[in-house]
Amino acid sequence: MSQGTGREYEQLRISGLHAFYGESHILHGIDLVVNRGELVTLLGRNGAGRSTTLKAIMNMVGRRTGSIMINGEETMSCAPHHIARLGVGYCPEHRGIFSSLNVQENLTLPPVVRSGGMSLEEIYTMFPNLYERRFSQGTKLSGGEQQMLAMARILRTGANMLLLDEITEGLAPVIVEKLGDVLIALKEKGLTIVLVEQNFHFAAPLADRHYVVEHGQIMEEIRADELSAKQSVLNGYLGV
Amino acid sequence: MSMIFGVPVAVLSGQLLIGVINGAFYALLSLGLAVIFGLLKIINFAHGAMYMLGAMVTVIMFDALGVNYWVALFLAPVLVGVFGMLIEYFLLRRITGQDHIYSLLLTFGAALMIQGILTNIYGVSGLRYSIPDLFKGGVNLGFMFLPYYRAWVILVALIVCFGTWFMIEKTKLGAYLRAGTEDAQLMQGFGINVPLLISLTYGFGVMLAAFAGVLAAPIYSVTPVMGSHILIVVFAVVVIGGMGSIGGAIITGVLMGVIEGLTKTFYPPASSAVIFLVMVVVLMFRPAGLFGKEA
Repeated sequence: MSQGTGREYEQLRISGLHAFYGESHILHGIDLVVNRGELVTLLGRNGAGRSTTLKAIMNMVGRRTGSIMINGEETMSCAPHHIARLGVGYCPEHRGIFSSLNVQENLTLPPVVRSGGMSLEEIYTMFPNLYERRFSQGTKLSGGEQQMLAMARILRTGANMLLLDEITEGLAPVIVEKLGDVLIALKEKGLTIVLVEQNFHFAAPLADRHYVVEHGQIMEEIRADELSAKQSVLNGYLGV
Repeated sequence: MSMIFGVPVAVLSGQLLIGVINGAFYALLSLGLAVIFGLLKIINFAHGAMYMLGAMVTVIMFDALGVNYWVALFLAPVLVGVFGMLIEYFLLRRITGQDHIYSLLLTFGAALMIQGILTNIYGVSGLRYSIPDLFKGGVNLGFMFLPYYRAWVILVALIVCFGTWFMIEKTKLGAYLRAGTEDAQLMQGFGINVPLLISLTYGFGVMLAAFAGVLAAPIYSVTPVMGSHILIVVFAVVVIGGMGSIGGAIITGVLMGVIEGLTKTFYPPASSAVIFLVMVVVLMFRPAGLFGKEA
């Protein structure tokens, strides 16, 4: 596989991915590719298998079959902590802020996996609220602040591919707007982002490509420039 | 001689001292149980056996190789800790995520096997181990006689308890442990080697038990069944303090030792039951324990 550093460098390639929780078969053969520096969304209804796709990349589901290549390396037999060290930063839907840790401890918890991560100062500049509340208990923050913290936490580690699960869910519009600015800034830094998003209006202007997920399969791939042409197809899938 | 509630002061303070000493052992043991429960979510029924192993290894190393107390204080916990890590790696790891009953049965079975094998070899009449020369004798405080070794046990137990609390609450490694207690899977997703952390945690909890065992060797009767006696009380202490609370385990341990000592002074027949009585009352009013978080 080519290891070029150009635009077409494949950071993530998933082929024929099936995933199971116990007896339930959730993913039925996902195929997708994400190039270095791209922002790609997984759109679809609740329960379509988008969050499970992210968890499967992290090896956090019960059982998986198929292939997941990260930076050209097969990761199906890797433990989650090895996957993180390939430069993958995962932000779970439930945010995963630790209540027994204060904000700063939460922020500095994940070990640095690659060089080139943001420093604590840069992070506090990007999220001034977190600096003000750095000694507060992590779960005492507002929902928006907790989401900022969950994002900031993986930016410090130097991860260059972020898997973000429903980061705007349940947040006030002004916070959602702030998160949009953050994503644009991260994209400019050259980070690869896979975004599971319910809020299509948030995702549409940011993303390079969209994958539509339904019943644990990729139904459609839509490039940003095809959006208006395929809007009706998309509406059908999303039920809007 | 001065009296308090009809009890001579010397008797009362003597019993209080014994209470504090017992409390120090309860604290060390329940601390290890709490650390292990926090990350592994298992109730370590082998904890008493590890405490006993600490004491037995100390005596056996002295008899066979002449290893002195100070070396044993370091070496016995390390040896037993490594043994614990092997149990974790080869046995406990295989039942991760299963119902509590599996780990309970497994650790209980391991404890019985260890205890049985040693009973076969050494019997249950008790091995002799003398107090290190440095601590022979004691000091008369005026109201009571304080043997040096007992003072040492209290001091060193407090230092170890405080050190453990500090490590868990104030250091980076402790932050891993606290976070792992909440969501180990996510921790692993951040790149932390959680399986290794679990092995080390179990090893550390077992080391604390073995350390208590070494401290106990010169003052308690060293037998293969010494662990099973103390373990029941320690479980009661952990239930009173609240499972998984580090500071709570320490404070409750010392407190229960003192309460036991006081009961022995004023109403001896109740002394072995009083901790369980406290447990019943605590469970009625605070089911999560005095320091536990309500689930």
